[in-house]
Amino acid sequence: MSRNRKTRQKKMNVRVDFTPMVDMNMLLITFFMLCTSLSKPQTMEINMPTKDDKNLKDNDQSKVKASLAVTLLLDKNNKVYYYEGLPNYADKNALKRTSYDANGIRSLLMGKNMRVIEQIKALKLKKTNLQINQAQYDTQASAIKDQKNTPTVIIKATDDSNYKNLVDALDEMQICSISKYVIVPITDGDKLLIKNLESK
Amino acid sequence: MAKAQIKKKSVFIDMTAMSDVTVLLLTFFMLTSTFVKKAPVAVTTPGSVSEIKIPDKNILSILIDKSGKVFMSLDKQADMVSTLEAVGSDYGFSFTPEEIKKFQVQSTFGVPIAKMKSFLALGDHDKDQVLKTQGIPTDSTDNQFKSWVKHARENNEDLRIAIKADQDTPYKVIKDVMNSLQDLKENRYNLITTLKVMPKEIK
Repeated sequence: MSRNRKTRQKKMNVRVDFTPMVDMNMLLITFFMLCTSLSKPQTMEINMPTKDDKNLKDNDQSKVKASLAVTLLLDKNNKVYYYEGLPNYADKNALKRTSYDANGIRSLLMGKNMRVIEQIKALKLKKTNLQINQAQYDTQASAIKDQKNTPTVIIKATDDSNYKNLVDALDEMQICSISKYVIVPITDGDKLLIKNLESK
Repeated sequence: MAKAQIKKKSVFIDMTAMSDVTVLLLTFFMLTSTFVKKAPVAVTTPGSVSEIKIPDKNILSILIDKSGKVFMSLDKQADMVSTLEAVGSDYGFSFTPEEIKKFQVQSTFGVPIAKMKSFLALGDHDKDQVLKTQGIPTDSTDNQFKSWVKHARENNEDLRIAIKADQDTPYKVIKDVMNSLQDLKENRYNLITTLKVMPKEIK
């Protein structure tokens, strides 16, 4: 008899009410959705030259071919100017106006760096077709970017320009696959050139 | 009579499946997300096509707001303590264990070192209000920013520097910060940006 009762108890259906459990889980989900962020922030890596190494800097500067150098001057109110080659403060017509949109700096730099851009494009296509992997792509891309006779961009920002201008300019370097660029302090001669152009 | 009987019948919905789904979602959120740090000032970062993600650990982040105030945060509390002690001794301040404890729990710091003691004595709500109006001095006469970065580096060799600045920050402030970093031979750093789509013609 006692055996029979036991088996009957075992057969009894135990139903647990999960509603409070769901309530609590929903609360936790809401908390996590509001207090955390899913995506990690994007970053842009930059390397600045060392200050002390005066000798190294001079050497590097002399390496820059005048015909391949472009200097960008970033000014207030999102204005941007450029001149090609070495600065020639006597030549008042050297400085030209340009802009941050696609027809401005980008088309100028792309025109100068066409060869590299084409090669990078071909490489990217290879990667999307799974002919090469990411590591191979990275090494080959940096080899392409580092080859000789690619343009060098010198970025000079005035105190009145803002941070967005600087990041935009650096961004154009990335878009146009330019590996050699440097941020240097602006000189009085550059300021004079801008003043001249503006007063015209 | 028959109608009333049907109404009285309790409807038991099986919540087990629902519970399964919520637990799954909860697990997903717990594993993939990171907690948002409380920032003293709101900052809109400029867009960039760069897709490099910021590393998880060993970050010294420098926060610069529109008006040029500089704040800093370190992700390890042990580093924060030793950095505070080192910077304090540079300027002739020492901190009691209680003050250090209070400093540890700050997510972002940025008050001139002379005001640090009175700042730490404030209540939590007042701290948030005061912090907004302060910032670490970066000018050449009193460059406390440099000292903070120097000691943070001494305490952690693997530290990566990330600069998060508002897009309308004047370049002058950025230049001061970058020059200070250059003086310390910190030549590699990350600029935090938001993602912008690569223009079509390059893709």
